[in-house]
Amino acid sequence: MADISEIQTFEHDVLVIGAGGAGLRAAIECARLGLKTGLVCKSLLGKAHTVMAEGGVAASLGNTDNRDNWKIHFRDTMRGGKFMNQWRMAELHAKLSPERVRELEEWGAVFDRTADGLISQRNFGGHRYPRLAHVGDRTGLEIIRTLQDFGVHQPIDIYMECKVLNLLKDGPRISGAVGLWRETGRFVLFKAKAVILATGGGGRAWRITSNSWEYSGDGAAMAYEAGAELIHMEFTQFHPTGMVWPPSVRGVLVTEGVRGEGGILLNNKGERFMFDYIPERFAAETADTVQEAARWLEGDPGARRPPELLTRDVVARAINTEVKAGRGSTHGGVYLDIASRRSAEDIKRKLPSMYHQFKELAEIDITKEPMEVGPTMHYFMGGIRVDDDTQMSQTVDGLFACGECTGGMHGANRLGGNSLSDLLVFGQLAGAGASDYIQTLEKAPEVDSDQVMEVIREATDVLNREDGPNPYVLQEKLQDMMQTNVGIIRTRAELEEALRQLEDLKREAALVKAHGASQYNPGWHQALDLTSLLTTAEAVARAALIREESRGGHTRDDFQGEREEWGKHNVIISKGESGMNVRTDVRPDPPADLAAIAYASLEELEGTAKVK
Amino acid sequence: MVVLDAIHRIQALHANDLACRWNCKAGKCGSCSMEINGRPKLACMTRLSDYDPEETITVQPMKTFPIIKDLVTDVSFNYEVNKRIPPFKPKPRDADGNYRMMQKDVDRIQEFRKCIECFLCQDVCHVLRDHRRQDAFAGPRWFIRLASLEMHPLDTADRVSQIKEDFGIGFCNITKCCTEVCPEGIHITDNAIIPLKERLADRYYDPVMWLMRKITGKDRKK
Ligand SMILES: Cc1cc2nc3c(=O)[nH]c(=O)nc-3n(C[C@H](O)[C@H](O)[C@H](O)COP(=O)(O)OP(=O)(O)OC[C@H]3O[C@@H](n4cnc5c(N)ncnc54)[C@H](O)[C@@H]3O)c2cc1C
Ligand code: SF4
Ligand code: SF4
Repeated sequence: MADISEIQTFEHDVLVIGAGGAGLRAAIECARLGLKTGLVCKSLLGKAHTVMAEGGVAASLGNTDNRDNWKIHFRDTMRGGKFMNQWRMAELHAKLSPERVRELEEWGAVFDRTADGLISQRNFGGHRYPRLAHVGDRTGLEIIRTLQDFGVHQPIDIYMECKVLNLLKDGPRISGAVGLWRETGRFVLFKAKAVILATGGGGRAWRITSNSWEYSGDGAAMAYEAGAELIHMEFTQFHPTGMVWPPSVRGVLVTEGVRGEGGILLNNKGERFMFDYIPERFAAETADTVQEAARWLEGDPGARRPPELLTRDVVARAINTEVKAGRGSTHGGVYLDIASRRSAEDIKRKLPSMYHQFKELAEIDITKEPMEVGPTMHYFMGGIRVDDDTQMSQTVDGLFACGECTGGMHGANRLGGNSLSDLLVFGQLAGAGASDYIQTLEKAPEVDSDQVMEVIREATDVLNREDGPNPYVLQEKLQDMMQTNVGIIRTRAELEEALRQLEDLKREAALVKAHGASQYNPGWHQALDLTSLLTTAEAVARAALIREESRGGHTRDDFQGEREEWGKHNVIISKGESGMNVRTDVRPDPPADLAAIAYASLEELEGTAKVK
Repeated sequence: MVVLDAIHRIQALHANDLACRWNCKAGKCGSCSMEINGRPKLACMTRLSDYDPEETITVQPMKTFPIIKDLVTDVSFNYEVNKRIPPFKPKPRDADGNYRMMQKDVDRIQEFRKCIECFLCQDVCHVLRDHRRQDAFAGPRWFIRLASLEMHPLDTADRVSQIKEDFGIGFCNITKCCTEVCPEGIHITDNAIIPLKERLADRYYDPVMWLMRKITGKDRKK
């Protein structure tokens, strides 16, 4: 290809990259605001990760327990995030999520109902009240389908099965992106005044994960290459309950909804071990006897929550400890029991896809037997650093991001259900932010053809070179390496080893060879994903090495417990002259009004709920 | 091991460029639809242990759709049909800003909304597969979607004439093959197609009934 005039080209005001909940919601907002909007995704429409979300979407609607309000949701989110969250983001999220969830009903969503016909809400870890609007255990499907079916009737141009390879810039500003049609292997140029990244996380760099092939951290890596900063990359969420058996499904998620519906965790001695792992911060709000936990399940409003519903970081570490101490289940997990807690009929109605999943994949009937579960790499708290209100990168003009590919909202640990709400709230804000930004542009940015040709050359080299390492084998190597050295429990020695091995892997990846032609060639796509997987993996390892404390989704064996000093710092990653820069930024003091809410007692906040 | 795992092994070790769609590996996204020993199935939910170890397992792309490569087919027809379906049109909210719907009134459409768009029902339906009436017939997946809109307690749009004219429900002769292959166990024919056909019959052959319902506002939708 000689010059870029030969490349298929589309022009938009804004290009949204990613069609999960965040990208769809952002695109809908852009179209509503009259922007010429493009939406591109690696898979078919409706297959993004959001479709897999099970448990629910968090919003303080107060339908199931009217003591709930945004302040308590905010307080729960901050406490769950170990106070590392961007305060303003957590505030916006708690305030706006009820509106965003109600809006879905207007677009056709059908959530499960309360007895008086309102949206029903369920309990989840770290949420004080039943707060998760849900549809059985397929909430993500309901949300993505609602947005998709609403979105296809809006003026949005949708490009499916197209992988964006890199972003383009005109000086300090975004000017578009280059993509690859997976079907034909041809390249495509998107010219755009603004880009919204909504590409999700990067959990595919680990061996045991609930994430699909799409989660190669493309958004974070492309933003990093373009000069954006990444924040909180050390905070990775290992979900406590992934399947552990049979080996081929290891890592597949078992929704927290199982525990929300009363499921309990047992070790091989039949002990309900979570009672031994209640952290001080949550002691006042957690049941300390089996009897009290049982009363909670029966709906006694005075009873405190069972310890199985502690935040995910706590439960994942507890399971890890039990297994290491030899008290694990047959296949190296622990037991999750719902059979003895709920009737078979309830289980099938409330958790139908879990019932199905175990029946089909593990030949286990969860209405009769306990499940075997263990931690699985699940979610990136860290990601692209954006302005709290506009969602624009502070270092690249016109680059916006929302959803799991961003960082800051969830702090050191995300509460279940807070992602789906995050997608809706910040998707909408990113769309509005992009629209405001475009109004201020005096002229459309120019596309630099050298940048375009460079991206295309790099991608075609992989296909054209004579020989080189197998991309699948390389990815497996990376996964095993990250699983071993950057797991739930980390040490300096292991993290340094990870960084050493990452250098080798990067060298190998630079030589990787994809066999076959350019049409629908998964080997080629895998090879192209490797670049972003390696960048995000390195960002996690570097950030984890520097944070010498244990907090939320980052646990250091050599630096146990939270350190006050580290609570005042964010770890920021950016691209330097020669490699990756890591620095720590002092966190600004929280606004007094928000701090007062986050540190208030529940009684105080429930009091304000009544005069709301 | 499931069939998809076997395909992944082959991909990784023997044929790097073997084309196959997949995402969630847990029967939730409907990407890995294919024909396994001639049966339309999700590869991620089909266990190898269900087959005789001596037996050769054959995997083929869905026959109804044009092949792109190997196991990947062009399913864009489905997305085109969806765009033609008149969207949800809600009635206004209650005075307190809420919508109210009773669980028993939404149970039925929640069944339809379980659809993961695997398009296996579209693959198996003879109207599309053998008679190739893509020009006139939407296919079972889209009758599910139409039914979920028509039976939505909050919806106010009327799609009945289009269900006949544009989406061609008349071509369906209730063979129930679609229901048999649905991995979500949706009763496509009994719960969606037949009730839609009944609505249609009322509208076209019992206009008095239909008019009464219009006037009194009493429809089967309730
Ligand atoms: C099994 C499972 C269960 C979960 N359950 C819950 C739950 O109950 N509640 C909750 O709140 N959260 C849950 N989560 C988390 C939540 O689902 C995700 O964090 C969320 O859906 C991410 O949404 P997103 O819009 O940011 O990205 P996604 O939905 O992952 O979408 C990413 C999009 O980006 C596209 N993309 C990526 N890279 C590129 C590229 N280079 N070019 C073009 N397109 C690209 C993809 O194709 C996709 O369309 C769960 C997650 C999993 C895996
Ligand atoms: S019942 Fe109707 S829609 Fe279903 S397969 Fe038969 S003809 Fe097709
Ligand atoms: S109705 Fe069933 S078979 Fe048809 S697309 Fe939906 S899930 Fe697949």
